[in-house]
Amino acid sequence: MTNTIAEIKNPILSIRDLSVAYDKTYAVKNVTVDIKKNAVTAIMGPSGCGKSTMLRALNRMHELYENIKTEGQVLLNDENIFDMPTIKLRRQMGMVFQRPNPFPTMSIYDNVIAGYNLNGIRVKKAEKDEIVERSLRDVALWSEVKDSLMKKGSFLSGGQQQRLCIARALAFNPEVILLDEPTSALDPIATSKIEDLLVKLKENYTIVMVTHNMSQAARISDYSLFLYLGELIEYGKTKNMFTNPIDPRTEEYLTGKFG
Amino acid sequence: MESINTLLDQDHSTRRLLKDKLVLAGIILFSLLTVSPIVLIISKLLVKGYRQISLDFIIKNTPDTYEAITAVANGEIIPGGIANGIVGTFLMVVLASALAIPIGVLTGIYLYENQGKRMSNLTRSVSDILQGVPSIVLGLISYLWIVKHVTMGYSALAGSISMSIMMLPMIVRSTEETLKMIPQTLKEAALALGVPYHKVILRVLIPTGFSGLLTGILLGISRILGETAPLLLTALGSSMINLDMTKPSSAIPLLIWEFYNDPNMVDLIWSSSLLLMAIVLILNIVSKQIIANRR
Repeated sequence: MTNTIAEIKNPILSIRDLSVAYDKTYAVKNVTVDIKKNAVTAIMGPSGCGKSTMLRALNRMHELYENIKTEGQVLLNDENIFDMPTIKLRRQMGMVFQRPNPFPTMSIYDNVIAGYNLNGIRVKKAEKDEIVERSLRDVALWSEVKDSLMKKGSFLSGGQQQRLCIARALAFNPEVILLDEPTSALDPIATSKIEDLLVKLKENYTIVMVTHNMSQAARISDYSLFLYLGELIEYGKTKNMFTNPIDPRTEEYLTGKFG
Repeated sequence: MESINTLLDQDHSTRRLLKDKLVLAGIILFSLLTVSPIVLIISKLLVKGYRQISLDFIIKNTPDTYEAITAVANGEIIPGGIANGIVGTFLMVVLASALAIPIGVLTGIYLYENQGKRMSNLTRSVSDILQGVPSIVLGLISYLWIVKHVTMGYSALAGSISMSIMMLPMIVRSTEETLKMIPQTLKEAALALGVPYHKVILRVLIPTGFSGLLTGILLGISRILGETAPLLLTALGSSMINLDMTKPSSAIPLLIWEFYNDPNMVDLIWSSSLLLMAIVLILNIVSKQIIANRR
């Protein structure tokens, strides 16, 4: 592997030999990386290279499907996520998907607090109000929706819905937020709002995002990870990778020769 | 050259406009043909049945033949009503729904969760076959199982059971189809919050698909409301209100059949049919309203 494992001290996530197979085809092969705390790490690569597959493995989303097998280790603060109860894991590692997916039957308020309500975690009303306000402020949605908290989340615009989904993931106060191409279904204005938001959020959270948009990775990520055909080709500081890629395949991808 | 082209074009466009009008006329004609039976049915029932409709019709039991003969002879309205049938239908439908809805919804969830597996394919086929079983056969089976061995006589319970078997496949199918239409991403969103699987189904998928489920259930209810054949063999009928499910009971469609067989009661056929029709229509409108409100 011709990559420089960035010198990351005390990584929040240590991914070791992570492989994911659909039936017998490996979509992610032996990926080993460390993820830095309070930074934005972008997973890049051409379509079908295993970006989303890798990200979803971190939240054990593949366990839903019987034909997908995950191998290897992922340590979250030195604890193997595959030995954790999923509820504990997912409270520490929230996930936001490609298309905004607020719960259509719930109000904006209930959407944000859904992680508590659906898991039967009892919280006092005042505390709930506080969590909802904090989460919505974090995603810069509070001023836009504070008067319509009881309206259905599906009435919001696409960009607002996606911010609502991020707020829903933040409500648990997770350590890591995984985002799977969070802006690919959004217009440029909504995209730039989300990007600004992610840069702000890294003060308190660690962000791992999949993007097929290289300029987005260059704009907001601190570290970049380039996957090709399921293999990790290169990993390092985004600045270095974009100015001085080591592997010829990274350079070809970044200069638009394929992808 | 150019003038010829323009002429051709003009000719073409008049022909197209004509065709367009013809097709539109055809569509309107066939739509009217589709609507006309229901309009004719309702107007006929209203004209023939309105005289009988009163508070008495809903709160009194069926009159005996003597009362009816006297009333008809004097040119009066037949006294009494069909309260025994209304109560019987209500009780049997409630019990049939209480049996069929949980089983049907759970089976639908099972089929949705196990797409493509042999056992679920088999279940789905069996459920489809069940939908095709003639209702009289279900009545016979319920007669053999319940009337002969459980209640030792004709009973409302036997009627409910044949009705619930009839509802079951509709609920199974509508549950599965509704759940299938909910995007996978919603399920993942809930799971990503650490929600256990059974709660994802109960608290996210079912509420999201609620209007679809409800439509299936209400369609099932409207279907069994009018069923007569299986009730002839199970609930039998009764001239009194009967709250004991192990005893024979009346039902609105059963009464219509009885009135048909009694030349003195013919007038009551129309009003009973009108009432049955109205209940089904109201159920339909209510379900449409619920769906509209949830959107």
